[in-house]
Amino acid sequence: MINVLAAAEWGGEFEGVLDPINALFDFPAIIPLELFGVDLGINRTILIAWLVTAAAAALFIVGLRSPQVVPGKLQSFLEMIVDFIRGIALEIIGPKGTRFVPLLTTFFVGIFVLNVAKITPFLMLPPTSRMAWPAFLALISWLVFVGVGIKEQGFGAYFGGIMFPPGVPKALYVILTPIELLSNLILRPFTLAVRLFANMVAGHILVVITLSAIHVFLPSVPVGWMVGGFALLAAPVVFGFELFIIGLQAYIFTMLTAVYISSSMEAHH
Amino acid sequence: MEGTLNVIGYGLATLGPGIGLGLLIAKAIESMARQPEAAGMVRTTMFIGVAVVEALALLAFVLAFAL
Repeated sequence: MINVLAAAEWGGEFEGVLDPINALFDFPAIIPLELFGVDLGINRTILIAWLVTAAAAALFIVGLRSPQVVPGKLQSFLEMIVDFIRGIALEIIGPKGTRFVPLLTTFFVGIFVLNVAKITPFLMLPPTSRMAWPAFLALISWLVFVGVGIKEQGFGAYFGGIMFPPGVPKALYVILTPIELLSNLILRPFTLAVRLFANMVAGHILVVITLSAIHVFLPSVPVGWMVGGFALLAAPVVFGFELFIIGLQAYIFTMLTAVYISSSMEAHH
Repeated sequence: MEGTLNVIGYGLATLGPGIGLGLLIAKAIESMARQPEAAGMVRTTMFIGVAVVEALALLAFVLAFAL
């Protein structure tokens, strides 16, 4: 598809004209910085991430700095978000879930604003489409749910519960123990991270293709403008769909973290 | 015309999760229609199931690029 667009733009001779798909995500460092052999260059992704997280933090600080008994517009909006997360926590984890509302709210709002940079004009790049962000968020989630399991059940009971779920014939443990260990300790954080990452990558590519199809095809005279016109009509639909995906991914990440926390709080039955 | 078989592989790999998601969501809607008072619980459980099924398609998506 990218090749087709490039062919239309440059008239057939497009071998090597366009960078591979990585060019959509990998930006050169604006301020190169290297510490102990680790590349810490400040690039567009980092700047966007700082901007959106600072904006979200500012919104919450301004809105909830001096909470009123009768909330204003901003305060009641922010309270609605917190209340929504509180509802998830109470429903999934139970009464003990109130402890995790700050963490889950941070996850939800953080992931939402990082994702929403994908369809924000002039930013148009979700920082969560670089694997570092989802991986780090999933690492935090992993540390929390393993930590909660060890704290609530004790080290032996928690890992024993994972490795030897009761009510299973003894011989099956040969197969079950490795599968349970793998799925609980490795696949859970991995799928958390990959789900967010893959959705953002796919969404970013979709947005780029739609917008560049408009840009490339709309001015082309004989027939190409039809494709461009179709892309122009489709663009609002694509943006709406992306907004839905953005919200859904933030919700799913938050909810799955709550589910994992709840499963490590109580022993397996 | 050049390309990679990975893309075809990814297309094939979406079939399973696609069928799975269809069954899962259809059953969830069915049970929500039968017992609207349990809709909240069904929705939560459905999303957990959707997340598990979707993981397969996502693994394929990543492997299509990685391999």
